[in-house]
Amino acid sequence: MKIDWEALGSVFGVSLFATVALVALFTLGLVGLSKHEAATEQGGSATLARSGAYLCFALVTAAVTYGIYLIVA
Amino acid sequence: MEHITLLLGIVIITALVFDFTNGFHDTANAMATTISTGALKPKTAVAMSAVLNLVGAFMSVEVAKTISKGLVNEEGIQPEVIFAALVGAILWNLVTWLVGLPSSSSHALMGGLIGAAVASAGLGAVNGGVVVTKVLIPAIAAPLVAGIAAYLAAKLTYKLGDKVGEKTSAKGYRAGQIASAGLVSLAHGTNDAQKTMGIITLALIAGGAIAPDANPPVWVIVSAGVAIALGTYLGGWRIIRTMGKGLTDLQPQQGFAAQTSAASVILASSNLGFSLSTTHSCSGAVMGAGLGRKGGVVRWSTATRMFVAWGLTLPAAALVSAAAELVMRAGDIGIAAVTVFLVGSCLAIWLISRRQVVDHTNVNEVAPAGTEEPGVVTTAIAAVTVPPTVAAAGTAAAVTDEDLKATIPAATQTPAAPAAAV
Repeated sequence: MKIDWEALGSVFGVSLFATVALVALFTLGLVGLSKHEAATEQGGSATLARSGAYLCFALVTAAVTYGIYLIVA
Repeated sequence: MEHITLLLGIVIITALVFDFTNGFHDTANAMATTISTGALKPKTAVAMSAVLNLVGAFMSVEVAKTISKGLVNEEGIQPEVIFAALVGAILWNLVTWLVGLPSSSSHALMGGLIGAAVASAGLGAVNGGVVVTKVLIPAIAAPLVAGIAAYLAAKLTYKLGDKVGEKTSAKGYRAGQIASAGLVSLAHGTNDAQKTMGIITLALIAGGAIAPDANPPVWVIVSAGVAIALGTYLGGWRIIRTMGKGLTDLQPQQGFAAQTSAASVILASSNLGFSLSTTHSCSGAVMGAGLGRKGGVVRWSTATRMFVAWGLTLPAAALVSAAAELVMRAGDIGIAAVTVFLVGSCLAIWLISRRQVVDHTNVNEVAPAGTEEPGVVTTAIAAVTVPPTVAAAGTAAAVTDEDLKATIPAATQTPAAPAAAV
Protein backbone atom coordinates (compact mmCIF):
# COMPACT_ATOMS: atom_id res chain seq x y z
CA MET A 1 0.00 0.00 0.00
CA LYS A 2 1.49 3.27 -1.10
CA ILE A 3 -0.20 6.59 -0.62
CA ASP A 4 0.71 9.05 -3.30
CA TRP A 5 1.25 12.04 -1.03
CA GLU A 6 2.90 13.95 -3.82
CA ALA A 7 -0.17 13.73 -6.05
CA LEU A 8 -2.43 14.60 -3.15
CA GLY A 9 -0.23 17.55 -2.25
CA SER A 10 -0.25 18.88 -5.79
CA VAL A 11 -4.02 18.47 -6.02
CA PHE A 12 -4.29 20.48 -2.81
CA GLY A 13 -1.89 23.17 -3.98
CA VAL A 14 -3.34 23.53 -7.45
CA SER A 15 -6.96 23.58 -6.28
CA LEU A 16 -6.21 26.09 -3.55
CA PHE A 17 -4.31 28.37 -5.90
CA ALA A 18 -6.85 28.10 -8.73
CA THR A 19 -9.83 28.71 -6.47
CA VAL A 20 -8.37 31.70 -4.66
CA ALA A 21 -6.91 33.24 -7.83
CA LEU A 22 -10.14 32.84 -9.81
CA VAL A 23 -12.34 34.18 -7.06
CA ALA A 24 -9.96 37.10 -6.48
CA LEU A 25 -9.85 37.97 -10.18
CA PHE A 26 -13.58 37.73 -10.49
CA THR A 27 -14.16 39.91 -7.43
CA LEU A 28 -11.69 42.49 -8.70
CA GLY A 29 -13.57 42.48 -11.99
CA LEU A 30 -16.78 43.18 -10.11
CA VAL A 31 -15.09 45.98 -8.17
CA GLY A 32 -13.96 47.60 -11.41
CA LEU A 33 -17.33 47.18 -13.03
CA SER A 34 -19.06 48.64 -10.00
CA LYS A 35 -16.77 51.69 -10.06
CA HIS A 36 -17.47 52.16 -13.73
CA GLU A 37 -21.20 51.92 -13.22
CA ALA A 38 -21.13 54.37 -10.35
CA ALA A 39 -19.17 56.80 -12.50
CA THR A 40 -21.55 56.51 -15.45
CA GLU A 41 -24.48 57.22 -13.21
CA GLN A 42 -22.90 60.54 -12.31
CA GLY A 43 -22.31 61.36 -15.93
CA GLY A 44 -18.58 60.63 -15.95
CA SER A 45 -16.71 57.54 -16.99
CA ALA A 46 -14.05 55.32 -15.46
CA THR A 47 -12.26 53.85 -18.43
CA LEU A 48 -9.38 52.41 -16.45
CA ALA A 49 -11.72 50.65 -14.03
CA ARG A 50 -13.74 49.26 -16.89
CA SER A 51 -10.73 48.02 -18.85
CA GLY A 52 -9.34 46.44 -15.71
CA ALA A 53 -12.63 44.69 -15.10
CA TYR A 54 -12.76 43.34 -18.63
CA LEU A 55 -9.19 42.10 -18.32
CA CYS A 56 -10.11 40.24 -15.13
CA PHE A 57 -13.18 38.65 -16.72
CA ALA A 58 -11.15 37.70 -19.79
CA LEU A 59 -8.63 35.89 -17.58
CA VAL A 60 -11.42 34.09 -15.72
CA THR A 61 -13.01 33.09 -19.03
CA ALA A 62 -9.67 31.76 -20.22
CA ALA A 63 -9.39 29.67 -17.06
CA VAL A 64 -12.90 28.28 -17.55
CA THR A 65 -12.08 27.45 -21.17
CA TYR A 66 -8.98 25.63 -20.00
CA GLY A 67 -11.21 23.76 -17.52
CA ILE A 68 -13.50 22.64 -20.34
CA TYR A 69 -10.46 21.60 -22.34
CA LEU A 70 -9.30 19.48 -19.40
CA ILE A 71 -12.70 17.79 -19.19
CA VAL A 72 -12.77 16.99 -22.89
CA ALA A 73 -9.16 15.88 -23.22
CA MET B 1 -26.49 -6.41 -32.33
CA GLU B 2 -24.60 -8.60 -29.93
CA HIS B 3 -26.04 -11.76 -28.50
CA ILE B 4 -27.58 -10.80 -25.19
CA THR B 5 -28.92 -13.30 -22.69
CA LEU B 6 -31.75 -12.55 -20.28
CA LEU B 7 -29.32 -12.14 -17.39
CA LEU B 8 -27.19 -9.77 -19.39
CA GLY B 9 -30.31 -7.78 -20.25
CA ILE B 10 -31.18 -7.50 -16.56
CA VAL B 11 -27.64 -6.37 -15.78
CA ILE B 12 -27.72 -3.69 -18.46
CA ILE B 13 -31.08 -2.35 -17.30
CA THR B 14 -29.88 -2.38 -13.70
CA ALA B 15 -26.75 -0.51 -14.71
CA LEU B 16 -28.87 2.14 -16.38
CA VAL B 17 -31.04 2.36 -13.27
CA PHE B 18 -27.88 2.92 -11.26
CA ASP B 19 -26.85 5.61 -13.72
CA PHE B 20 -30.25 7.23 -13.23
CA THR B 21 -29.94 7.20 -9.42
CA ASN B 22 -26.42 8.53 -9.81
CA GLY B 23 -27.83 11.43 -11.80
CA PHE B 24 -30.46 12.51 -9.33
CA HIS B 25 -28.24 11.78 -6.36
CA ASP B 26 -25.54 14.09 -7.66
CA THR B 27 -27.63 16.98 -9.01
CA ALA B 28 -26.97 18.58 -5.65
CA ASN B 29 -23.23 18.69 -6.27
CA ALA B 30 -23.56 21.07 -9.16
CA MET B 31 -26.75 22.88 -8.43
CA ALA B 32 -27.49 22.98 -4.68
CA THR B 33 -25.75 26.30 -4.06
CA THR B 34 -27.10 27.81 -7.27
CA ILE B 35 -30.62 26.91 -6.21
CA SER B 36 -30.34 27.92 -2.56
CA THR B 37 -28.86 31.35 -3.34
CA GLY B 38 -31.52 31.96 -5.96
CA ALA B 39 -29.09 32.31 -8.86
CA LEU B 40 -31.27 30.00 -10.91
CA LYS B 41 -34.84 28.80 -10.50
CA PRO B 42 -34.84 25.18 -9.30
CA LYS B 43 -36.31 23.75 -12.52
CA THR B 44 -33.99 25.82 -14.71
CA ALA B 45 -30.99 24.69 -12.68
CA VAL B 46 -31.71 20.97 -12.99
CA ALA B 47 -32.52 21.33 -16.70
CA MET B 48 -29.21 23.05 -17.34
CA SER B 49 -27.35 20.46 -15.31
CA ALA B 50 -29.10 17.64 -17.19
CA VAL B 51 -28.14 19.03 -20.59
CA LEU B 52 -24.52 19.50 -19.53
CA ASN B 53 -24.42 15.97 -18.10
CA LEU B 54 -25.66 14.63 -21.42
CA VAL B 55 -23.09 16.66 -23.34
CA GLY B 56 -20.39 15.55 -20.92
CA ALA B 57 -21.27 11.90 -21.44
CA PHE B 58 -20.35 12.13 -25.11
CA MET B 59 -17.12 13.97 -24.61
CA SER B 60 -14.74 11.17 -23.78
CA VAL B 61 -14.59 7.43 -23.15
CA GLU B 62 -11.30 7.33 -21.30
CA VAL B 63 -12.74 6.64 -17.86
CA ALA B 64 -15.17 4.04 -19.10
CA LYS B 65 -12.72 1.18 -19.31
CA THR B 66 -10.95 1.80 -16.03
CA ILE B 67 -13.86 1.54 -13.61
CA SER B 68 -13.03 -1.77 -12.01
CA LYS B 69 -9.36 -1.96 -12.89
CA GLY B 70 -7.05 -2.18 -9.93
CA LEU B 71 -9.81 -2.50 -7.38
CA VAL B 72 -11.16 -5.91 -8.22
CA ASN B 73 -9.21 -8.54 -10.08
CA GLU B 74 -11.10 -8.89 -13.27
CA GLU B 75 -10.55 -12.54 -14.09
CA GLY B 76 -13.60 -14.60 -13.38
CA ILE B 77 -15.97 -11.66 -13.10
CA GLN B 78 -19.42 -12.92 -14.01
CA PRO B 79 -22.49 -10.91 -15.00
CA GLU B 80 -24.00 -12.09 -11.70
CA VAL B 81 -21.22 -10.35 -9.77
CA ILE B 82 -21.82 -7.09 -11.60
CA PHE B 83 -25.55 -7.40 -11.04
CA ALA B 84 -25.01 -7.98 -7.32
CA ALA B 85 -22.69 -4.96 -7.15
CA LEU B 86 -25.30 -2.75 -8.79
CA VAL B 87 -28.03 -3.92 -6.43
CA GLY B 88 -26.01 -2.77 -3.42
CA ALA B 89 -25.05 0.53 -5.01
CA ILE B 90 -28.59 1.39 -6.13
CA LEU B 91 -30.12 0.61 -2.75
CA TRP B 92 -27.50 2.68 -0.92
CA ASN B 93 -28.09 5.60 -3.28
CA LEU B 94 -31.83 5.43 -2.71
CA VAL B 95 -31.58 5.12 1.06
CA THR B 96 -29.22 8.09 1.34
CA TRP B 97 -31.48 10.06 -0.98
CA LEU B 98 -34.46 9.26 1.23
CA VAL B 99 -32.73 10.66 4.30
CA GLY B 100 -31.42 13.53 2.19
CA LEU B 101 -27.71 12.93 2.68
CA PRO B 102 -25.14 13.46 -0.05
CA SER B 103 -22.88 10.44 -0.43
CA SER B 104 -20.56 9.26 -3.15
CA SER B 105 -22.19 7.16 -5.86
CA SER B 106 -18.76 5.97 -6.91
CA HIS B 107 -18.01 4.71 -3.42
CA ALA B 108 -21.34 2.90 -3.40
CA LEU B 109 -20.44 1.26 -6.70
CA MET B 110 -16.95 0.33 -5.50
CA GLY B 111 -18.42 -1.06 -2.29
CA GLY B 112 -20.88 -3.11 -4.30
CA LEU B 113 -18.12 -4.47 -6.55
CA ILE B 114 -15.96 -5.34 -3.55
CA GLY B 115 -18.77 -7.08 -1.71
CA ALA B 116 -19.88 -9.05 -4.72
CA ALA B 117 -16.33 -10.01 -5.66
CA VAL B 118 -15.51 -11.19 -2.14
CA ALA B 119 -18.69 -13.25 -1.95
CA SER B 120 -17.98 -14.73 -5.35
CA ALA B 121 -14.23 -15.35 -5.26
CA GLY B 122 -13.13 -14.86 -1.66
CA LEU B 123 -11.09 -12.14 0.00
CA GLY B 124 -8.27 -12.54 -2.50
CA ALA B 125 -10.38 -10.86 -5.16
CA VAL B 126 -9.95 -7.46 -3.55
CA ASN B 127 -6.80 -5.40 -3.20
CA GLY B 128 -7.00 -4.14 0.36
CA GLY B 129 -4.36 -1.47 -0.09
CA VAL B 130 -6.20 -0.03 -3.04
CA VAL B 131 -9.31 0.32 -0.91
CA VAL B 132 -7.40 2.52 1.53
CA THR B 133 -5.62 4.63 -1.09
CA LYS B 134 -8.55 4.95 -3.47
CA VAL B 135 -11.42 5.18 -1.04
CA LEU B 136 -10.53 6.05 2.55
CA ILE B 137 -7.82 8.66 2.09
CA PRO B 138 -9.72 10.53 -0.66
CA ALA B 139 -12.86 10.56 1.50
CA ILE B 140 -10.94 12.43 4.19
CA ALA B 141 -8.83 14.55 1.86
CA ALA B 142 -11.57 15.76 -0.52
CA PRO B 143 -13.68 17.80 1.92
CA LEU B 144 -10.55 19.20 3.57
CA VAL B 145 -8.97 20.35 0.34
CA ALA B 146 -12.19 21.77 -1.10
CA GLY B 147 -13.24 23.19 2.26
CA ILE B 148 -10.03 25.09 2.90
CA ALA B 149 -9.98 26.48 -0.63
CA ALA B 150 -13.62 27.57 -0.43
CA TYR B 151 -13.09 29.06 3.04
CA LEU B 152 -10.20 31.24 1.89
CA ALA B 153 -11.96 32.17 -1.35
CA ALA B 154 -15.13 33.22 0.50
CA LYS B 155 -13.14 35.32 2.98
CA LEU B 156 -11.27 36.95 0.14
CA THR B 157 -14.28 37.77 -1.97
CA TYR B 158 -16.02 39.39 1.00
CA LYS B 159 -12.93 41.40 1.78
CA LEU B 160 -12.15 42.53 -1.77
CA GLY B 161 -15.72 43.01 -2.83
CA ASP B 162 -17.21 44.93 0.08
CA LYS B 163 -17.36 48.12 -1.98
CA VAL B 164 -19.08 46.52 -4.96
CA GLY B 165 -22.45 48.06 -5.72
CA GLU B 166 -25.51 45.97 -4.99
CA LYS B 167 -26.66 45.65 -8.57
CA THR B 168 -23.26 44.67 -9.94
CA SER B 169 -22.77 42.23 -7.11
CA ALA B 170 -26.10 40.50 -7.61
CA LYS B 171 -25.62 40.16 -11.36
CA GLY B 172 -21.95 39.25 -11.13
CA TYR B 173 -22.14 36.51 -8.53
CA ARG B 174 -25.16 35.08 -10.27
CA ALA B 175 -23.21 34.72 -13.51
CA GLY B 176 -20.18 33.37 -11.68
CA GLN B 177 -22.20 30.72 -9.89
CA ILE B 178 -23.93 29.59 -13.06
CA ALA B 179 -20.61 29.23 -14.87
CA SER B 180 -18.88 27.26 -12.14
CA ALA B 181 -21.95 25.06 -11.58
CA GLY B 182 -22.01 24.36 -15.29
CA LEU B 183 -18.40 23.26 -15.17
CA VAL B 184 -19.16 20.86 -12.32
CA SER B 185 -22.12 19.41 -14.26
CA LEU B 186 -20.02 18.87 -17.34
CA ALA B 187 -17.28 17.16 -15.37
CA HIS B 188 -19.89 14.99 -13.68
CA GLY B 189 -21.31 13.87 -17.02
CA THR B 190 -17.90 12.87 -18.33
CA ASN B 191 -16.90 11.04 -15.15
CA ASP B 192 -20.02 9.37 -13.88
CA ALA B 193 -21.84 8.51 -17.09
CA GLN B 194 -18.62 6.84 -18.17
CA LYS B 195 -18.59 4.71 -15.06
CA THR B 196 -21.89 3.20 -16.14
CA MET B 197 -20.60 2.75 -19.67
CA GLY B 198 -17.65 0.97 -18.15
CA ILE B 199 -19.90 -1.29 -16.08
CA ILE B 200 -22.11 -2.21 -19.03
CA THR B 201 -19.07 -2.84 -21.22
CA LEU B 202 -17.58 -4.99 -18.48
CA ALA B 203 -20.83 -6.97 -18.28
CA LEU B 204 -20.93 -7.42 -22.05
CA ILE B 205 -17.35 -8.69 -22.00
CA ALA B 206 -18.01 -10.92 -19.00
CA GLY B 207 -21.10 -12.34 -20.72
CA GLY B 208 -19.13 -12.97 -23.87
CA ALA B 209 -21.31 -10.63 -25.97
CA ILE B 210 -18.38 -8.51 -27.14
CA ALA B 211 -14.67 -9.10 -27.36
CA PRO B 212 -12.39 -8.19 -24.45
CA ASP B 213 -10.68 -4.81 -24.92
CA ALA B 214 -13.56 -3.63 -27.06
CA ASN B 215 -14.59 -0.01 -26.82
CA PRO B 216 -18.04 0.72 -25.40
CA PRO B 217 -20.61 0.28 -28.23
CA VAL B 218 -22.42 3.45 -29.32
CA TRP B 219 -25.78 2.36 -27.90
CA VAL B 220 -24.11 1.97 -24.50
CA ILE B 221 -22.75 5.51 -24.62
CA VAL B 222 -26.09 6.94 -25.73
CA SER B 223 -28.20 5.10 -23.18
CA ALA B 224 -25.82 5.86 -20.31
CA GLY B 225 -25.79 9.55 -21.20
CA VAL B 226 -29.56 9.72 -21.46
CA ALA B 227 -30.09 7.83 -18.19
CA ILE B 228 -27.84 10.15 -16.19
CA ALA B 229 -29.40 13.23 -17.79
CA LEU B 230 -32.93 12.05 -16.98
CA GLY B 231 -31.90 11.35 -13.41
CA THR B 232 -30.33 14.77 -13.11
CA TYR B 233 -33.44 16.45 -14.47
CA LEU B 234 -35.64 14.60 -11.99
CA GLY B 235 -33.50 16.24 -9.33
CA GLY B 236 -32.63 14.76 -5.96
CA TRP B 237 -34.42 17.58 -4.15
CA ARG B 238 -33.89 16.09 -0.71
CA ILE B 239 -30.14 16.13 -1.13
CA ILE B 240 -30.20 19.55 -2.79
CA ARG B 241 -32.00 20.89 0.26
CA THR B 242 -29.45 19.42 2.66
CA MET B 243 -26.51 20.70 0.69
CA GLY B 244 -27.93 24.11 -0.17
CA LYS B 245 -29.73 24.91 3.07
CA GLY B 246 -29.11 22.20 5.62
CA LEU B 247 -25.34 22.34 6.06
CA THR B 248 -25.07 26.11 6.27
CA ASP B 249 -26.71 29.31 5.02
CA LEU B 250 -25.15 30.54 1.83
CA GLN B 251 -25.09 33.97 0.24
CA PRO B 252 -24.27 34.38 -3.46
CA GLN B 253 -20.64 35.22 -2.64
CA GLN B 254 -20.26 32.00 -0.69
CA GLY B 255 -22.09 29.98 -3.30
CA PHE B 256 -19.68 31.26 -5.91
CA ALA B 257 -16.64 30.53 -3.75
CA ALA B 258 -17.91 27.03 -2.95
CA GLN B 259 -18.73 26.11 -6.54
CA THR B 260 -15.44 27.47 -7.86
CA SER B 261 -13.55 25.48 -5.27
CA ALA B 262 -15.51 22.34 -6.12
CA ALA B 263 -14.85 22.77 -9.84
CA SER B 264 -11.12 23.38 -9.25
CA VAL B 265 -10.75 20.38 -6.96
CA ILE B 266 -12.62 18.04 -9.30
CA LEU B 267 -10.62 19.12 -12.34
CA ALA B 268 -7.29 19.14 -10.51
CA SER B 269 -7.87 15.73 -8.95
CA SER B 270 -8.95 14.02 -12.13
CA ASN B 271 -5.99 15.45 -14.03
CA LEU B 272 -3.26 15.03 -11.41
CA GLY B 273 -3.87 11.39 -10.70
CA PHE B 274 -5.41 11.57 -7.25
CA SER B 275 -9.08 10.94 -7.79
CA LEU B 276 -11.42 12.65 -5.33
CA SER B 277 -15.15 12.16 -5.06
CA THR B 278 -17.29 14.95 -6.51
CA THR B 279 -19.77 14.64 -3.68
CA HIS B 280 -17.14 14.85 -0.96
CA SER B 281 -15.48 17.84 -2.61
CA CYS B 282 -18.75 19.71 -3.05
CA SER B 283 -19.92 19.07 0.50
CA GLY B 284 -16.56 20.19 1.85
CA ALA B 285 -16.61 23.29 -0.33
CA VAL B 286 -20.09 24.23 0.89
CA MET B 287 -19.02 23.89 4.53
CA GLY B 288 -15.81 25.84 3.97
CA ALA B 289 -17.66 28.65 2.24
CA GLY B 290 -20.21 28.61 5.06
CA LEU B 291 -17.47 29.27 7.59
CA GLY B 292 -15.87 31.90 5.36
CA ARG B 293 -18.49 34.56 6.07
CA LYS B 294 -18.31 36.55 9.28
CA GLY B 295 -20.78 34.91 11.62
CA GLY B 296 -21.27 31.98 9.25
CA VAL B 297 -22.00 28.65 10.88
CA VAL B 298 -21.97 25.04 9.79
CA ARG B 299 -24.67 22.83 11.26
CA TRP B 300 -22.40 20.13 12.54
CA SER B 301 -25.27 17.81 13.40
CA THR B 302 -26.18 17.59 9.73
CA ALA B 303 -22.51 17.42 8.77
CA THR B 304 -21.93 14.58 11.22
CA ARG B 305 -24.84 12.60 9.82
CA MET B 306 -23.32 13.10 6.40
CA PHE B 307 -19.87 11.94 7.50
CA VAL B 308 -21.41 8.84 9.08
CA ALA B 309 -23.17 8.13 5.78
CA TRP B 310 -19.83 8.43 3.96
CA GLY B 311 -18.24 5.96 6.32
CA LEU B 312 -21.09 3.52 5.91
CA THR B 313 -21.28 3.78 2.11
CA LEU B 314 -18.65 1.20 1.30
CA PRO B 315 -19.50 -1.45 3.92
CA ALA B 316 -23.26 -1.09 3.48
CA ALA B 317 -23.18 -1.41 -0.29
CA ALA B 318 -20.66 -4.25 0.02
CA LEU B 319 -22.86 -6.12 2.48
CA VAL B 320 -25.99 -5.91 0.34
CA SER B 321 -24.05 -6.90 -2.77
CA ALA B 322 -22.39 -9.81 -1.04
CA ALA B 323 -25.77 -11.07 0.13
CA ALA B 324 -27.21 -10.66 -3.35
CA GLU B 325 -24.29 -12.60 -4.80
CA LEU B 326 -24.79 -15.44 -2.29
CA VAL B 327 -28.51 -15.63 -3.02
CA MET B 328 -27.82 -15.82 -6.73
CA ARG B 329 -25.77 -18.97 -6.18
CA ALA B 330 -29.17 -20.67 -6.11
CA GLY B 331 -29.34 -20.21 -9.88
CA ASP B 332 -32.23 -18.73 -11.81
CA ILE B 333 -34.48 -18.67 -8.77
CA GLY B 334 -31.86 -16.70 -6.89
CA ILE B 335 -31.51 -14.19 -9.71
CA ALA B 336 -35.27 -13.80 -9.83
CA ALA B 337 -35.39 -13.34 -6.06
CA VAL B 338 -32.73 -10.62 -6.14
CA THR B 339 -34.49 -8.85 -8.99
CA VAL B 340 -37.80 -8.92 -7.14
CA PHE B 341 -36.05 -7.75 -3.96
CA LEU B 342 -34.45 -4.83 -5.81
CA VAL B 343 -37.67 -3.72 -7.48
CA GLY B 344 -39.61 -4.14 -4.22
CA SER B 345 -37.11 -2.13 -2.19
CA CYS B 346 -37.01 0.67 -4.75
CA LEU B 347 -40.79 0.81 -4.68
CA ALA B 348 -40.87 0.78 -0.88
CA ILE B 349 -38.34 3.60 -0.64
CA TRP B 350 -40.28 5.62 -3.17
CA LEU B 351 -43.52 5.08 -1.25
CA ILE B 352 -41.89 6.20 2.00
CA SER B 353 -40.57 9.28 0.23
CA ARG B 354 -44.12 10.25 -0.76
CA ARG B 355 -45.05 10.74 2.89
CA GLN B 356 -43.03 13.93 2.92
CA VAL B 357 -42.54 15.18 -0.59
CA VAL B 358 -39.57 17.41 -1.30
CA ASP B 359 -39.56 18.90 -4.79
CA HIS B 360 -38.74 22.06 -6.67
CA THR B 361 -41.48 23.98 -4.86
CA ASN B 362 -40.17 23.55 -1.33
CA VAL B 363 -36.50 22.77 -1.87
CA ASN B 364 -35.38 26.02 -0.27
CA GLU B 365 -37.39 25.60 2.91
CA VAL B 366 -35.10 24.47 5.66
CA ALA B 367 -35.85 21.02 6.97
CA PRO B 368 -37.21 21.34 10.54
CA ALA B 369 -34.68 18.97 12.07
CA GLY B 370 -31.73 20.58 10.30
CA THR B 371 -32.02 23.85 12.21
CA GLU B 372 -31.93 22.23 15.60
CA GLU B 373 -28.88 21.65 17.74
CA PRO B 374 -27.29 18.18 18.00
CA GLY B 375 -28.19 15.23 15.90
CA VAL B 376 -29.59 11.91 16.90
CA VAL B 377 -31.62 12.83 19.97
CA THR B 378 -33.20 15.88 18.38
CA THR B 379 -33.94 13.94 15.27
CA ALA B 380 -35.60 11.25 17.33
CA ILE B 381 -37.64 13.81 19.26
CA ALA B 382 -38.59 15.57 16.07
CA ALA B 383 -39.66 12.26 14.65
CA VAL B 384 -41.95 11.69 17.60
CA THR B 385 -43.39 15.16 18.15
CA VAL B 386 -43.72 16.66 14.71
CA PRO B 387 -46.01 14.90 12.26
CA PRO B 388 -44.13 13.40 9.31
CA THR B 389 -41.10 15.64 8.96
CA VAL B 390 -38.11 14.90 6.86
CA ALA B 391 -36.50 13.60 10.01
CA ALA B 392 -39.37 11.21 10.55
CA ALA B 393 -39.07 9.94 7.03
CA GLY B 394 -35.37 9.61 7.66
CA THR B 395 -35.85 7.53 10.77
CA ALA B 396 -38.35 5.37 9.01
CA ALA B 397 -35.90 4.87 6.22
CA ALA B 398 -33.15 3.89 8.58
CA VAL B 399 -35.49 1.35 10.09
CA THR B 400 -36.42 -0.01 6.71
CA ASP B 401 -32.78 -0.26 5.87
CA GLU B 402 -32.16 -2.27 9.03
CA ASP B 403 -35.03 -4.51 8.07
CA LEU B 404 -33.55 -5.09 4.69
CA LYS B 405 -30.24 -5.97 6.22
CA ALA B 406 -31.77 -8.20 8.83
CA THR B 407 -32.09 -10.82 6.13
CA ILE B 408 -28.32 -10.85 5.85
CA PRO B 409 -25.76 -12.03 8.42
CA ALA B 410 -25.36 -8.78 10.34
CA ALA B 411 -21.74 -9.30 11.41
CA THR B 412 -20.21 -6.62 9.18
CA GLN B 413 -22.67 -4.05 10.43
CA THR B 414 -20.85 -3.53 13.73
CA PRO B 415 -17.33 -3.04 12.36
CA ALA B 416 -18.87 -0.50 10.01
CA ALA B 417 -19.55 1.90 12.85
CA PRO B 418 -15.92 2.62 13.83
CA ALA B 419 -15.09 3.18 10.20
CA ALA B 420 -17.75 5.85 10.17
CA ALA B 421 -16.10 7.65 13.05
CA VAL B 422 -12.86 8.14 11.12
